[in-house]
Amino acid sequence: MSAAPGWDKDRARAIVEGLAALEGATLPILHALQEEFGFVDPSAAALIADALNLSLAEAHGTISFYHDFRARPAGRRVIRLCRAEACQANGGEELVAQLRARRGLDADAQDDADLTIETVYCLGNCALGPCALVDGELVGRLDVERLSELCDGAPVEAAQIAAGAER
Amino acid sequence: MSAVRIFVPHDAAALSVGADAVARAIRAEAERRGLAIDLVRTGSRGMLWLEPLVEVETAQGRIAYGPVAPRDVAALFDAGFALGGAHPLAQGPVADMDWMRRQRRVTFARVGVIDPLSLDDYRAHGGLAGLSRALAMSGADIVEAVKASGLRGRGGAGFPTGIKWRTVLDAPAAQKYVVCNADEGDSGTFADRMLMEGDPFLLIEGMAIAGLAVGASKGFVYIRSEYPHAFRTMAAAIEAARKAGLLGASVLGSGRAFDIEARLGAGAYICGEETSLLESLEGRRGVVRAKPPLPALHGLFGKPTIVNNVLSLAAVPSIIADGAQAYAAYGVGRSRGTLPFQLGGNILRGGLVELPFGATLRQLIEDFGGGTRSGRPVRAVQVGGPLGAYLPASQLDTPLDYEAFAAQGAMLGHGGIVVFDDSVDMARQARFAFEFCAKESCGKCTPCRIGAVRGVETMDRIIEGIDRERNLALLDDLNELMTDGSLCAMGGLTPMPVMSALRHFPEDFRRAPKRQAAE
Repeated sequence: MSAAPGWDKDRARAIVEGLAALEGATLPILHALQEEFGFVDPSAAALIADALNLSLAEAHGTISFYHDFRARPAGRRVIRLCRAEACQANGGEELVAQLRARRGLDADAQDDADLTIETVYCLGNCALGPCALVDGELVGRLDVERLSELCDGAPVEAAQIAAGAER
Repeated sequence: MSAVRIFVPHDAAALSVGADAVARAIRAEAERRGLAIDLVRTGSRGMLWLEPLVEVETAQGRIAYGPVAPRDVAALFDAGFALGGAHPLAQGPVADMDWMRRQRRVTFARVGVIDPLSLDDYRAHGGLAGLSRALAMSGADIVEAVKASGLRGRGGAGFPTGIKWRTVLDAPAAQKYVVCNADEGDSGTFADRMLMEGDPFLLIEGMAIAGLAVGASKGFVYIRSEYPHAFRTMAAAIEAARKAGLLGASVLGSGRAFDIEARLGAGAYICGEETSLLESLEGRRGVVRAKPPLPALHGLFGKPTIVNNVLSLAAVPSIIADGAQAYAAYGVGRSRGTLPFQLGGNILRGGLVELPFGATLRQLIEDFGGGTRSGRPVRAVQVGGPLGAYLPASQLDTPLDYEAFAAQGAMLGHGGIVVFDDSVDMARQARFAFEFCAKESCGKCTPCRIGAVRGVETMDRIIEGIDRERNLALLDDLNELMTDGSLCAMGGLTPMPVMSALRHFPEDFRRAPKRQAAE
């Protein structure tokens, strides 16, 4: 099985070995790999199992348990859209429905080099919802237009400023 | 003339509505006018509807302006805001604002006030007084003080913190751990996040005191990955604390060791459950452990471990510094001290309100919150996260304390309050409770793993009007089974929002099903 493009096995091995001495090193290793490559190639399970003296099943089981770790690179724009109760109370699900109706975009269903939309449950911005983490930056008071523009790659800060102007 | 001090929050909520752009605009405008300013980035005061909230230090105290947009900045300078001048966005001195005046800020005293990463600022505002006192106390005395304060676990379960510490103190072991649960996954809660971003040294101090109390030399703070800002601030604060000798081989020169590592979660709600969090820290799937053995005796890597929520640990420094009695003087009944409540959802003035236990939901939602943001009537309020009950508007006078909520078949949890207006469909909310459980269940026990899926299916049939009476009976049965048979609170409490929705809003479960539009 060959690794996905963008994955460098030697670099990955160096990361794994560099962190292997930590207590309970698996999650820090996985985060470091995803930080470096944007995803965790399935071949990482063997590297981790080797370095930490785990069974392959254990390493694979850990990787697959957590929502965060992706087996393939994400899109250039990553939108983690909150769909928990506080955002629901402010029309968050309506945003999802509109995105589907107007753009044919669905959360957790994109396989696109430009855009990844993921469901997340709570970003801790519950008084300023609906909100999303866009390329790692928090955006409050989303509406359909701003969310749609963000899907097209609009600058995150413009959406934040627009949210702030909505008093 | 010395530089004017201007404060702009760097809290993630403030950033989400453009605080960085405002800070940049203020710098640029001051430079254009040749005005010397000292711009300080702080946490948030918790008046989130006013974010970005800018403050200026004047002879009358700190004057607030908000919500400020970058386009307002030039006009603010024109109005002389650097000297506290009048402007339509002026809110007056922060200390005089109703929202702040009516609170009792103990844990959040410094949040929004200081530069979160300045240890000098922290010390100047009373920081490290608790740790300094703790260094002169025996472990048993520290534990006694925490016990006497009446502090109960702020993560939601409300277990007496001092008793947990006593168990760890009495457990003989060469290595013990302090684990801070910062996996604040409940929707509607953001106090842990705000504290870590606004006053991270307080949490470090609380963890260090916990370490001294029970003889643990190592701590972990497990922060959810949905909080990248909090993680960065905590990691930077830990580094600064090490450099300053507050953490490391000799805490404040005492010769006693304590160090902390910040660890990132990976998007699993269940890791907020303490045993699952420990599994995750050890590098495994976040699968719940059966209790006993208690983590206090057999915790991280099998060693005696304190596992406490951010707010529990952050309450400790003031308990030690000001005495257990001062803390216990707040509150009612067996709920002592203060709780930082979080007002969110459909609310006009949402944010963080720290109050002694005993205030009512109505005071929070109406007096502080000003009702819904949509302007429609409040219909339901979910308290305590996705596993908490939905309360109807008729129960808003319920006092906010652990026992009063339990008596209503509800729970305070982590103090998150999510307001819904009258457009909410409570059958949909009940369905969501199961859907969330199905997605986030660790899968270890059958009632939770299978029950949640069956719950979604049953709710779908009820909503669609298929065999309704039989399915409502089945729902009751399923709720009882999940409550009694699940291994942890995830499966055990998922029925709470469902049953409360059914009890208080039965009409939503008996609506005529929505038909697809005719072809």
